[in-house]
Amino acid sequence: MISWLANPERFSRLFTPIRPYIGAAAALLCLWGLYLCFASPEDYQQGDTVRIMYLHVPTAWMAMFVYLVMGIASFFGLIWRHSLADVAAKAAAPIGAVFTALALLTGSLWGRPMWGTWWEWDGRMTSVLVLFLFYIGYIALHAAIEDETRAARSTAILALIGLVNLPVIKFSVEWWNTLHQGASVIRPDGPTIAPDMLWPLLVMALAFKLFFIWLWLVRIDTELMARRTRALRARLSFAEEGN
Amino acid sequence: MLDLDMGKYVVYVWGAYGATALGVLGLTVASVAAHRAQKRKLAALQAESRKP
Repeated sequence: MISWLANPERFSRLFTPIRPYIGAAAALLCLWGLYLCFASPEDYQQGDTVRIMYLHVPTAWMAMFVYLVMGIASFFGLIWRHSLADVAAKAAAPIGAVFTALALLTGSLWGRPMWGTWWEWDGRMTSVLVLFLFYIGYIALHAAIEDETRAARSTAILALIGLVNLPVIKFSVEWWNTLHQGASVIRPDGPTIAPDMLWPLLVMALAFKLFFIWLWLVRIDTELMARRTRALRARLSFAEEGN
Repeated sequence: MLDLDMGKYVVYVWGAYGATALGVLGLTVASVAAHRAQKRKLAALQAESRKP
């Protein structure tokens, strides 16, 4: 199945027609989510700052999810040398970097009124900052190496090394004493959040996931066209030299 | 009923929503613009390659 999809032409033929529907679904879900964010009650302790949670938690989930996607694509690229795998990982990186930056920023804006500090060098926050640096490193390394095959290989290794950080982020709140609270949604005994607050969180999370899929497909298509353009340009200049 | 009055937390809450909107919309505009530009570039080159 993956080998079948790894053909760029086939991939474009399959996903280009459904791309607008995914984008429209993401936009509609986002609007519904935003309505729920401001229709939900304020928290009895945190007041209106609880509304930051509806952005902070989904962006933090996406920061990790996109990196996982990048890691899996890099693994396929490294082992089976599928060119589409590198394209997929490269296209995901800037989206993941923006989600990570937003998770850090919204966390900081939530932390200042609730904890009395913008930043704390604790396990959770530091490991998410490390994730952001992995994204930036990946993007910079890809841009720095001109040869596509070498760039794909080097960045895939970097992406795979960075995967080690994902469990560190997830379990940092259990392994170390941190200012950051523990998990309250994804827990073995179920979520501990009131349904009024869980719904906006889940709708926003789904909206961000669909938004990622839509934008990822757009960026993959852009990269495939860029590679086709480079190949065609090389062929044209080769033909000109021959004449 | 929507609660849009964030009281003393107005800067933090609207700051978080504003930053997220800026990040998401900025990424969208940049990606869609790059997609359109690349599509035009490829189409022009394909037209050139078809010339006798």
